[in-house]
Amino acid sequence: MSIEKTLSRVTEKMIDSRPAPSDSIGAVAWLRSNLFAGPINTLFTLFALYLVYLLVVPSLQWALIDASWSGTSREDCTGEGACWVFISARLDQFIYGFYPSEETWRVDIVFAVFAALIAWLAIPKLPAKGWVAIVSLAVFPFIAYFLLHGGSFGLEIVGTHEWGGLMLTLVLAVVGIVAALPLGILLALGRRSEMPIVKSICVVFIEFWRGVPLITVLFMASVMLPLFVPGEVNLDKLVRALIGITLFQSAYMAEVVRGGLQAIPKGQTEAGMALGLGYWRNMGLIVLPQALKLMIPGIVNTFIALFKDTSLVLIIGLFDLLAIVQAGLADPKWLGYSIEGYAFVALVFWVFCFSMSRYSQYLERLLHTGHKKR
Amino acid sequence: MHNNKKPLLIASAAVLAASMATGASAATLDSVKEKGFVQCGVSTGLPGFSAPDDAGNWQGLDVDVCRGVAAAVLGDASKVRYVPLTAKERFTALQSGEIDVLSRNTTWTATRDTSLGLNFAGVNYYDGQGFMVSKDLGVASAKELDGAAVCIQSGTTTELNLADYFRLNDMSFEPVVFDTSDQTVKGFEAGRCDVLTSDQSQLYALRIKLSDPASAMVLPEVISKEPLGPVVRQGDDQWFNIVKWTLFAQINAEEMGLSSDNIEEKKSDTNPNVARLVGADGNYGEAMGLPADWAYQVIKQVGNYGQMFERNVGTGSALGIERGLNALWTDGGVQYAPPVR
Amino acid sequence: MTQPASRPPATVKPPFWRDPAKRALIFQLLMLAGVFGVLAIIVSNTLTNLESRGITTGFAFLDNTAGFGILQSLIDYSEQSTYGDTFIVGLLNTLLISALGVIAATVIGFVMGVARLSPNWLISRLAAVYIEVFRNIPLLLQIFFWYFAVLRTLPSPRGSLSLGEAFFLNVRGLFVPAPITSSGFSVVIAVFVLAVVASGIFSYWNRQRQARTGQRLPAGWISLGLIIVAPLLAYFAMGMPLSWELPELKGFNFRGGITVVPEFLALWVALSVYTAAFIAEIVRSGIEAVPHGQTEASRALSLSGGMTLRLVVVPQALRVIIPPLTSQYLNLIKNSSLATAIGYPDLVSVFAGTTLNQTGQAIEVIAMTMLVYLTISLLVSMFMNWFNARMALVER
Repeated sequence: MSIEKTLSRVTEKMIDSRPAPSDSIGAVAWLRSNLFAGPINTLFTLFALYLVYLLVVPSLQWALIDASWSGTSREDCTGEGACWVFISARLDQFIYGFYPSEETWRVDIVFAVFAALIAWLAIPKLPAKGWVAIVSLAVFPFIAYFLLHGGSFGLEIVGTHEWGGLMLTLVLAVVGIVAALPLGILLALGRRSEMPIVKSICVVFIEFWRGVPLITVLFMASVMLPLFVPGEVNLDKLVRALIGITLFQSAYMAEVVRGGLQAIPKGQTEAGMALGLGYWRNMGLIVLPQALKLMIPGIVNTFIALFKDTSLVLIIGLFDLLAIVQAGLADPKWLGYSIEGYAFVALVFWVFCFSMSRYSQYLERLLHTGHKKR
Repeated sequence: MHNNKKPLLIASAAVLAASMATGASAATLDSVKEKGFVQCGVSTGLPGFSAPDDAGNWQGLDVDVCRGVAAAVLGDASKVRYVPLTAKERFTALQSGEIDVLSRNTTWTATRDTSLGLNFAGVNYYDGQGFMVSKDLGVASAKELDGAAVCIQSGTTTELNLADYFRLNDMSFEPVVFDTSDQTVKGFEAGRCDVLTSDQSQLYALRIKLSDPASAMVLPEVISKEPLGPVVRQGDDQWFNIVKWTLFAQINAEEMGLSSDNIEEKKSDTNPNVARLVGADGNYGEAMGLPADWAYQVIKQVGNYGQMFERNVGTGSALGIERGLNALWTDGGVQYAPPVR
Repeated sequence: MTQPASRPPATVKPPFWRDPAKRALIFQLLMLAGVFGVLAIIVSNTLTNLESRGITTGFAFLDNTAGFGILQSLIDYSEQSTYGDTFIVGLLNTLLISALGVIAATVIGFVMGVARLSPNWLISRLAAVYIEVFRNIPLLLQIFFWYFAVLRTLPSPRGSLSLGEAFFLNVRGLFVPAPITSSGFSVVIAVFVLAVVASGIFSYWNRQRQARTGQRLPAGWISLGLIIVAPLLAYFAMGMPLSWELPELKGFNFRGGITVVPEFLALWVALSVYTAAFIAEIVRSGIEAVPHGQTEASRALSLSGGMTLRLVVVPQALRVIIPPLTSQYLNLIKNSSLATAIGYPDLVSVFAGTTLNQTGQAIEVIAMTMLVYLTISLLVSMFMNWFNARMALVER
């Protein structure tokens, strides 16, 4: 066979790639490989489908299709399903607690500023993060306090016993985490210190708070704390709860910070020392700024845990979101709507926690560039 | 640079602690006057005794006791700050000074009066423990409750009376203990227990919280004495007297026929008893550190005992309770106040 | 702390505040003094306050008669028992719910974690939904849900759901037959213990033998057979010394048998389901952390799927799983204190609740309660650390 003859059989233009076999693409193939691969798998799928049918259909029927939405009293609950009128009629109370209705604009402003600051910090592209962080940690708490509590600038005082609902839940969680952060950093530094006494004091402190349930801490704060301070000092009930939560949370925060510190290579500290920086400047200028960035997902996760745990304050008689909804459920005028009430609280908590956990997962991916295969 | 910040912190903490420690021990009356309001411990919601209404205002027989104290001390019955407390926290809240008066359907017992550092300032409601059962249970007497599951609120005298009663009558029971009275009602309604036990007044109050109040009935037996009244801290006799005499003034007022409606015209009454009470003759407030018209203010703003009772728990209210033991001694009850003279 | 450009001659000793060792010592002494100072202030304040308020102190109250009833008790408890007994009752109830909660949460968590990695899209999605729903809702709310919402749907004692006249479920709880042992039963137990010991020795011998000869007997099946068959034989040989006491409807409720109160069931379900959602995530990330090459290598060595999982994947995944699993266990134990919200008589509910209230001894009661939780936490941590050390990679 001559070379020419061979060459003449070679086509001169590229053949287009053929489509994949029809049984490996498209919806059918996806279904086959993901849902019906083999008899056992199929059985699982059918079982799962049945389960979904059992759970989802009646819930949707109850929560959306047969539900009553608008109205002002229980007479408006005409549908077979859920009566969301209970929620809408009391929504103000669920959000603001017993806060006087003509003053709620103050709460709104605090909410709005808080949301804006958080959004600024959370969206990666925006500039001047450092300044915004300083403002939100150092300035905003005071503005929030003056607005919420009042008593100056001609604002009427609204005592903490009138705070409640979602607002109180947020106050407890945010103050708890913000106050616990500096304490947690000090404790973490102490735990990593080479001085034996400092180290052991910090270890004992951290392990103590991590070893006891929050509910006993809250009991202690509400029942025993007044005995610890001099007779005439009278701590507000909310302040006592906050002290308990902060101490409790600072131990968890310390562990998060410790994790962040451990991730910074020792060379960084050594380089700082070689430049003649002392301990605090080394920490403040070199180690902590790097470590804090790594800690953010951990801090967010701790915050989620705390946010959920704030519901425990109902046991010491503070009216957080869950407690105020429960109080509403006991109103003779609204008996029998407990499922709606609990579902509403669950939804609110879920939306907050779920979005925060998604954000922390996103951050973790963002921060792990170069360390981990994706 | 290990040590340039922490000592500062500790030092400032010590200074803070020291400055806190120097607060002089002030009497309750002075601190109330200084604050401008009375801090009053109430329940977390018990219709007729202390419960917030739709607008969030506290109302009830126990609430009116605090309003009376505020009227006597500050001349304004609205100057009260209410602190809702569970049965568990009530005594510590009073002991710790978080509240000035505890007016939360609290039973006067020997232990509480003597070993908890408390003083009971009087009785604003004579009560007794009873049982509420569902009508379709077919029970007519508490003696038939052998083996029943009983819903109770935790941390109450009720819990102890119940155990005593069942043991005395050689019966067994299953205690189902809840934190708040709301939860006991929920548990009762869900069928967790056959019987709900509490003070009889509370049973009526809790019954209207059932979705079908007619389905439940209160059994006739009363198994204990439950004198309910306001409580103050031990060791401040002046404040103790104020709370005690505020209540007495209201009971005396009913006996004398004074009410918030007619006090204005009776103010210049010639009856010496009335004149002493409203402060027209002598100054009985002075010894307690109160203005002469303290009792007048109480009656004017809060009313006499009978008005207070009718408005909150009496036959005209949602609870519909008869006066019974709580009638004046002149009407066959046991409400009796020492004379003002 | 900027250093001067030129160092002083070495012969000059630096002043003591520039000597790191001395400085550290001074600082630590100051801190110690500060901590003790604060503690001293607290103690003295407390003593003054207690005295001025006329509150009695001390642990003498533990010997007083409690006088109230408790729903569920693992020891013999009556109204005439002491406050000290209420402490033990509460403690045992806490331990019971914690132990059962840990077991159930681990099982559900592992199943859900594996389901999350299932090749079946629907199963893996459902597992994801389960995880995201249950871990993002406060536990307290879930406890209320299981207790109040589910309780309502159960029938009254007279309309109980029953299974073969032996098991009954109603709003008062779950009623199951109670075993009643007669004289020969201790022999059966002794045989059972012997069988367990024997199978332990056998599997040890089997491992040694495998190391020596490469031969391996099916140790699992043999041990299982030993543990089940031997006690059964003993049981029949002793003339079946075990009978069952069936629950019976009498008066208001079932009598006899074992009663599992609904408070316990609700708390158990809520704790397990909540913690399992976290455990599922831990299990998933643990399994994902095992490099795929490991599975491929073991398949290349012709290990079966089950053996790959048991001998290669799980041991490596466990190393990643155990530390966070420990903290979940600790969380579960601490969260069991939420029992107080629905009245399950755990330590916080009975002792830090009713007993505290009837005696008013807040400091003593809370301190004892906290000490118990601290001790449990420490013991669990120690056990899990020991287990972790055993599982850890031994590098040669």
